[in-house]
Amino acid sequence: MSGPLLAVNGLRGLAGGPFALTLARGECVVISGASGIGKSLLLRMIADLDPNEGQLSLDGVSREAMPAPHWRRQVMYNPAEPGWWAERVSAHMAPREAALALLPRLGLAEALLEAPVTQLSTGERQRMALIRAIIRQPRVLLLDEPASALDEATALKMEALFAELTASGMGLLVVTHNEAQAGRIAHRRYEMSNTGLCERPL
Amino acid sequence: MKPIDLTPASLAITSGLILICALLSLLLSLRVHRALLIAALRMVVQLMLVGFVLRLLFERSNPWLTLLAALVMASAASYEVGARQDYRMPGPWQYLTTGSAIGISSMIIAVLALTTALRPTPWYAAREALPLIGILLGNVMNAVSLALNSFYGTVGRERASIEARLALGEGRFVALHAASSRAIRTALIPTINVMSAAGIITLPGIMTGQLLAGMDPISAAKYQILLMFLIVGGNCLGAFTAVYAAIFRLTDQRERLRADRLKSR
Repeated sequence: MSGPLLAVNGLRGLAGGPFALTLARGECVVISGASGIGKSLLLRMIADLDPNEGQLSLDGVSREAMPAPHWRRQVMYNPAEPGWWAERVSAHMAPREAALALLPRLGLAEALLEAPVTQLSTGERQRMALIRAIIRQPRVLLLDEPASALDEATALKMEALFAELTASGMGLLVVTHNEAQAGRIAHRRYEMSNTGLCERPL
Repeated sequence: MKPIDLTPASLAITSGLILICALLSLLLSLRVHRALLIAALRMVVQLMLVGFVLRLLFERSNPWLTLLAALVMASAASYEVGARQDYRMPGPWQYLTTGSAIGISSMIIAVLALTTALRPTPWYAAREALPLIGILLGNVMNAVSLALNSFYGTVGRERASIEARLALGEGRFVALHAASSRAIRTALIPTINVMSAAGIITLPGIMTGQLLAGMDPISAAKYQILLMFLIVGGNCLGAFTAVYAAIFRLTDQRERLRADRLKSR
């Protein structure tokens, strides 16, 4: 297989543009930029959650070739403040066994799975949302400030998990303001401005 | 059965009740007498006008005139529902959604009833068709109004949880399932209440009217049962149509949630 896993070209929408980027199999790419520049909107466009124009393709297959839910199952967006549709955490987790296996990796107690979502702290919800996405086995994960509410030790656990995911071939596109974290996880980096993305040295 | 015809004198006596109410309001400065008198006057004028229009339609018995009257009634119902929502869709969409839900479901149920259960000759006879359409429109209007108010409210408030499901790769019907089932349940609860309470707590309006007009109680009960079934059918169909029309309008061809098409008032 040749060519990038995810290819974005001429993408325009609410965040401006045109934006272009590539993400290879097993690669972790970090996007940085000033607050309010539209990094979250960019990720939402790549997941096809907001109206946009431009070429998006996964493994050379353009998004128009598949129904949108199919695209989003493979190119999965995980927002900074995830939403929850059921009362209990466990109702969001399928398959449940996969979620149980990941809980200790992120320093979460097994009992939290049966807790009401509202009882979790912001940091716990953030980690649960990451687990919720990983167990659905997307090809690409779009992560918006995944560790913004975590202490350093827990953030490092999450980064170890990222390394494992990329080793298995998943592509990670991460938006973060945390320079130290970006330095630790990035294989490549982009800087975002109103007019586009440009690659910057590590 | 011989209907009792009310004389102008008997109406004049009961209208005294309105005047007493208005007088009380004036004496106790409740400040409702103006609204009360205007509403009472409107009611009298509207109902007498409708009486004359219906008499005309019954005498003509022209199917096209009957249909025209039904369409006017349906547009008025759509307008009432569209005008009283906490959230609204800009442009014509608000009225298209409510209008299609109310109009289509009322018409389907009315035609079904006229051609199978009631069977007047001809089946579109204005004397049977118009009152039936009226009672259906009145009920479906409430059901559609409740359904859309609940649906728009949920979508407006719970955008994050709906988008969470979309982002995980679920389709629009799964992502909006909680919102749509809550909306349809909300729309049907009053109907279920009325059916459960029928005869025990209140005598339904149609049955009361027919008893007062001299109909046999068993016949009146059967007529009321038939109408309740039709109303439930119309409300179900109306609520479903409204919610599904709203789902299609609030999502796009890529199954994105388009909450931007919803304006809070």
